[in-house]
Amino acid sequence: MREIALIDYRAGNLTSVRKGFAAIGECLFTPDSPGDLARAAAIVVPGVGHFNATAVLDETWRTAINERVRNGSPLLGICLGLQWLFEGSDEAPDLPGLSVLPGRCFKLPPPVKVPHVGWNSLEIGQPAPLVDGVANGTQVYFTHSYAAPITGDTVAGTTHGARFAAAVQRGRVCGVQFHPEKSGTAGLQILRNFVALI
Amino acid sequence: MLSKRIIACLDVRDGSVVKGINFEGLRRAGDPAELAERYNAEGIDELVILDVTATIEGRRALEATIRDVSSRLFIPLAVGGGIRSERDAAAAVDAGADKVSINSAALANPALITSLAEKYGSQAVVVAIDAKQVGDRFEVYARSGSVAADRDAVEWAQEAEQRGAGEILLTSIDRDGTRSGFDCPLTAAVSRAVSIPVIASGGAGTFDHFFEVFTDGKADAALAASVFHYSEHAVAELKQFLHGRGIPTRL
Repeated sequence: MREIALIDYRAGNLTSVRKGFAAIGECLFTPDSPGDLARAAAIVVPGVGHFNATAVLDETWRTAINERVRNGSPLLGICLGLQWLFEGSDEAPDLPGLSVLPGRCFKLPPPVKVPHVGWNSLEIGQPAPLVDGVANGTQVYFTHSYAAPITGDTVAGTTHGARFAAAVQRGRVCGVQFHPEKSGTAGLQILRNFVALI
Repeated sequence: MLSKRIIACLDVRDGSVVKGINFEGLRRAGDPAELAERYNAEGIDELVILDVTATIEGRRALEATIRDVSSRLFIPLAVGGGIRSERDAAAAVDAGADKVSINSAALANPALITSLAEKYGSQAVVVAIDAKQVGDRFEVYARSGSVAADRDAVEWAQEAEQRGAGEILLTSIDRDGTRSGFDCPLTAAVSRAVSIPVIASGGAGTFDHFFEVFTDGKADAALAASVFHYSEHAVAELKQFLHGRGIPTRL
């Protein structure tokens, strides 16, 4: 049976992410070392909190993840995991991201309350596999202070203080700023769309 | 646009949902998992499971209930009641809680806010404040509203934010269970003083009360228990009502 690697780099609790994938019938495993990624059908990088937490994902992890991505394995970044797909973040200026997507994450500007916590709408323009079956305007659950810029890879935007990338997709590289595992049926649909890329 | 959240609270004692009047005189209102499913179907934005007697009786939140609810529902779930230590928080989080709510323990040991925020992230740490009006101030009470903490509610909310809290769950002891409306002056005072979201609690009786707390009270979310427990479709109807009055809601 195929297994999806859920990378646990100690940036928050993963129980809900596990339960979300279990609900759509997928098996997850937590790789102990980058070498374990060789058997992963897909890779999920979750995470909440400060961008500094991603420092644990060192060169050996980055190399292993990049190699799997080159070989066509789908990759999904959730929340901080999405931000890590980009070149970096103003939250930790000296720490590079995985840099598979161009752009730099920024702090949501005033006057709105930050962190951005709660349900907000997805603005879906062009159809994309990751948001297939999800209607424009569907609300999903966010909790974050920094966000990724709107780029050519954005498949859904959301506005809070500024417009930012809520969902990104470039081929099999995907990311969501919101928590699909906490976003009701729409969230589970997005997880299903991701595993359909395998 | 960010929606104003409607949160249902399941006050749980001995595995059943109860709801008190001014924190006393509890009566049974149903099975927690069953109610959670119903609220989810009606469109609730978030759930809070509160073990209402835990602090007094020294019990932890009901892990079996957390596990049950979090396996079936995919919306944010917060758990409070009797969380005094990192170990208590870990038990709730491991069972499936996305957030833990701490109240008396945070007052007794404010450093707990920071240690939980460092371990799980601020988004997982809710500081619950029970406040009562005394003269023109709002005083904080601990241990289910039974002990004055000798702290000002607005100042305590600011300190909680600085220490790493991700949200404030603010309950008016004066209004709790009375169905006479949220305490808008209390909620607005705290909401203006912090940049993290404030969840208003205590006093919900009519749909208008929610409208008032989202406008006059400047609340980011509103929590209620009995107003949802005893009437079918209340959540969906409330959201339609708020939407019609121009409050951003998730329909």
